Amino acid sequence: MLEARNLVIGYANAQVGADLRLSVQAGDILCLLGPNGCGKTTLFRTLLGLLPPLAGEVRLGGTPVTAQRRAEIARRIAYVPQAHAPPFPFEALEVVLMGRTARLGSFAQPGKADRDAAQKAMDQLGIGDLAARDYSRLSGGQRQLVLIARALAQDTPLIVMDEPTASLDFGNQAQVLARIAKLAQGASSERRGIILSTHDPDQAFALNARVLLMHQGRIIADGPASDVLTACNLSTVYGIPVTVETTGSGRKVCLPSLHPQSDPTITSDALTIA
Amino acid sequence: MGRGTTAELKGSRPGLTLTGGLALCVAVLAFGAVMIGPYGLSPGQTLAALLGQGESQAEIVVWNIRLPRVGAALLVGAALAAAGASYQALFRNPLVSPDILGVSAGAGLGAVAGIFLSLPVAAIQASAFVGGMAAVGVVTLVASMVRNTDRTLTLVLIGVVIGALAGAATSLLKVMADPYDQLPAITFWLLGSLAAITTEDIGPALPMVLIGLVPLALLRWRINVLSLGDEEARALGVEAGRTRFLVIAAATLITASVTALAGVVGWVGLVIPHIARMIVGPGFGRLLPASVLIGAGYLLIVDTAARTMAQAEVPLGILTAVIGAPFFVWLLARGRRGWS
Repeated sequence: MLEARNLVIGYANAQVGADLRLSVQAGDILCLLGPNGCGKTTLFRTLLGLLPPLAGEVRLGGTPVTAQRRAEIARRIAYVPQAHAPPFPFEALEVVLMGRTARLGSFAQPGKADRDAAQKAMDQLGIGDLAARDYSRLSGGQRQLVLIARALAQDTPLIVMDEPTASLDFGNQAQVLARIAKLAQGASSERRGIILSTHDPDQAFALNARVLLMHQGRIIADGPASDVLTACNLSTVYGIPVTVETTGSGRKVCLPSLHPQSDPTITSDALTIA
Repeated sequence: MGRGTTAELKGSRPGLTLTGGLALCVAVLAFGAVMIGPYGLSPGQTLAALLGQGESQAEIVVWNIRLPRVGAALLVGAALAAAGASYQALFRNPLVSPDILGVSAGAGLGAVAGIFLSLPVAAIQASAFVGGMAAVGVVTLVASMVRNTDRTLTLVLIGVVIGALAGAATSLLKVMADPYDQLPAITFWLLGSLAAITTEDIGPALPMVLIGLVPLALLRWRINVLSLGDEEARALGVEAGRTRFLVIAAATLITASVTALAGVVGWVGLVIPHIARMIVGPGFGRLLPASVLIGAGYLLIVDTAARTMAQAEVPLGILTAVIGAPFFVWLLARGRRGWS
């Protein structure tokens, strides 16, 4: 469905990443991990066709993404940005309804079928009762779910999520993760491919995802979470000692050492972005 | 059950009722405004004159003096509010007014140049229109040459720059103008007024405004999506650049047409969309007609006050500022519900 090869990404005067390759099919969960500034967001923008690649090609549904019109792209791949506050107080249902835009003509308005699809997407995520609420006044977790519902209403085989759990509290993080896991399962016609970025390697274990570990604009490991997220790889990428342990229930967790032997090596990127 | 009602509520019926109610209010206001003036008319006399069965003097007053003025006030108010609502959605900022891209400054320069060259009225209006369109044209052109990731911010900043340049040129012409004859005309024009309006003046402006409203009405759903920002709108399937260009062109056509007619009338395009948004919400499909009707009614009231409250005409721009500024402060102080 989505395929990228020998991809070089970045801006005219600043290359951000090179030698990137990935492919995603319906039913896959691909988890992008890497420190701040490693190029995750730039990669997403390139995959969505929002930023032209400097070299290489992104193929979406068999054709290069740069050769497709925005509406074609939006019928194949949906984007869930980090929860944001819009300048105007749209109702949550209206925000979800915007996911239907790519299915409407330029001058058309969403009709009853679109409203039903939007409401169904909200129900599916268990937020049907938020439909009439003012989106700008919802909590961060609720907004994130509304944006995921919008991606569902967009009805695409692929969904890209930019740190979907970044602004959420402990409970909401688990809830959103559970919804994401469910989207990739289910009947084959409803199964979606999901690419998400996260700062928490434990989430990749919890989702049983394929992991792409990025470091300084390159992919340094690609494969099942248990193969990629080793103590050695994580320690290299994040610059701190990390151990990976198995809990009593059999799930793996990553534990950063809070008492490093050497001086802490927080990179300057991490500081500026934080 | 409860969910079904939400979906139904978002349907067109209550929106239509509301729009119809507003339209009725505006019609009543317009009828009232035709009656009011130095030569007072009773409702019966007004109705007879409108139907062409009144006394000849009443008919002259109604058809030659009051109706052109009332029509112009409705047109200018509706146009400025529609353009303001569009610009606010486009620039994702409720503090934006139709002058953001320099249309008023450009139109002002065009009109002042026309007055300076002692051109006839129609030529001054044409010059103002061309000035307004040209200013925004230059802004979009320069903005497209500046490579910056934030297209919207680039546009706004270049708009400020071009607006300031046009303002400087206007000031220069004011300094050079004949202080007894031209300068008062320039000052009066820059404050906005409908005092000298005739039916012939409305002729060219009305079709321009209608032409400008068509793309805004057709693109009403996409304008909602665009108010989420370029990147998100594109990810949702909107060709953001092209759509934005169309909306800017339409809103600028509308603003330049009525600014050429009435001079620089501030605050209407900034304040009215706020009021409309409080009543119908931010969805552009309902915001546009509500803004048009409320803007029309508002400017009609203000203009009627401008021509009746004192012996001499009070410039329109002064009244709209005196009303608009405190209203805006009140909006800011209220601030509870974001920008709604």
